[in-house]
Amino acid sequence: MGFINKLLGREPVGSKDIAKERLRLVLIHDRTDISPIMLDALKADLIAVISEHLEIDRSGIEITISESKGHSRLLATIPILGKRSRY
Amino acid sequence: MAAQVITITSGKGGVGKTTTTANLSVSLALLGKRVAAIDADIGLRNLDVVMGLENRVVYDLVDIVEGRCRLRQALIRDKKLSELYLLPAAQTRDKTAVSPNQMVDICNQLRPDFDFILIDSPAGIEQGFQNAVAPADEIAIVTTPEVSAVRDADRIIGLVEAGEKGPARLIINRIKPDMVRRGDMLDVNDVLEILGIDLLGIVPEDEHIIISTNRGMPIAHETGVPAAQAYRNIAKRLLGEDIPFMVLGSPGGFLGRLRRLMGSRPDDR
Repeated sequence: MGFINKLLGREPVGSKDIAKERLRLVLIHDRTDISPIMLDALKADLIAVISEHLEIDRSGIEITISESKGHSRLLATIPILGKRSRY
Repeated sequence: MAAQVITITSGKGGVGKTTTTANLSVSLALLGKRVAAIDADIGLRNLDVVMGLENRVVYDLVDIVEGRCRLRQALIRDKKLSELYLLPAAQTRDKTAVSPNQMVDICNQLRPDFDFILIDSPAGIEQGFQNAVAPADEIAIVTTPEVSAVRDADRIIGLVEAGEKGPARLIINRIKPDMVRRGDMLDVNDVLEILGIDLLGIVPEDEHIIISTNRGMPIAHETGVPAAQAYRNIAKRLLGEDIPFMVLGSPGGFLGRLRRLMGSRPDDR
């Protein structure tokens, strides 16, 4: 399975993907002064709140802060699997 | 027409600012432009040795500022190119020997006699950097495809934007096509995506650069060498020409990945 994923480009093939991910995280901190620890805590809280209402794919969650023209923007991509059965 | 002032900077040291400044200066001069290259790295001057002019230094930037010589006396004419001049940095002083306003003054005095003024910035974000960017009309940020260099480039981009000196453009230096193909080096698109600025040029890693620096004859003088072509391309872009970017070690898509996984060697350069 890992082989197929690599072949289709779904999985990191070389160390550059690790470099890219690490850079992405460290630059969020550098640009906004929001520490990786704080971002992790924010992510955990967001997951907890959203999980009360929706079933989400935790492994696919991406939370980043982008900056353009002096404004910071929190971007969260949270894949939804379905709604909670109690609804 | 008055000269355009371009500052070459990076944040991180050792990514190739001085080599880039020397080679772009030579490339522009070879294209018939009148060029002044200014070494703003006071205390750690190197543009003179990279250009092969270290034996001709008499006066320097600080001598001009402190009135020991006139600007013209400090300019050193290149050995080969009659329209290329170097203004060396002082070696025995530090960055505080010159102020940003004095750098602006010197460039303004040079502008009428040149087409391009290229300033080799010191590493760092302190006064030396401030001196180098103060007179700039355009800023070229040099980085390599490594996490530390890209991170520092991001910091410089922020400072350039805050100082309203932007938009800066990026030169990605020392790309190793084989490593890019293996997925072990950030490629051009990765770096651009992370930094979010426009590309000015890409330069492949090339051992000819060390050889040419050993000789004090910038590689841009040579023909048929990829790195020399890369510098010529950047020079032409600075002149406003639309030159396509070199393709260095594209990941190769599905087939490339298949080949890598099968353990076969990718096509050679």
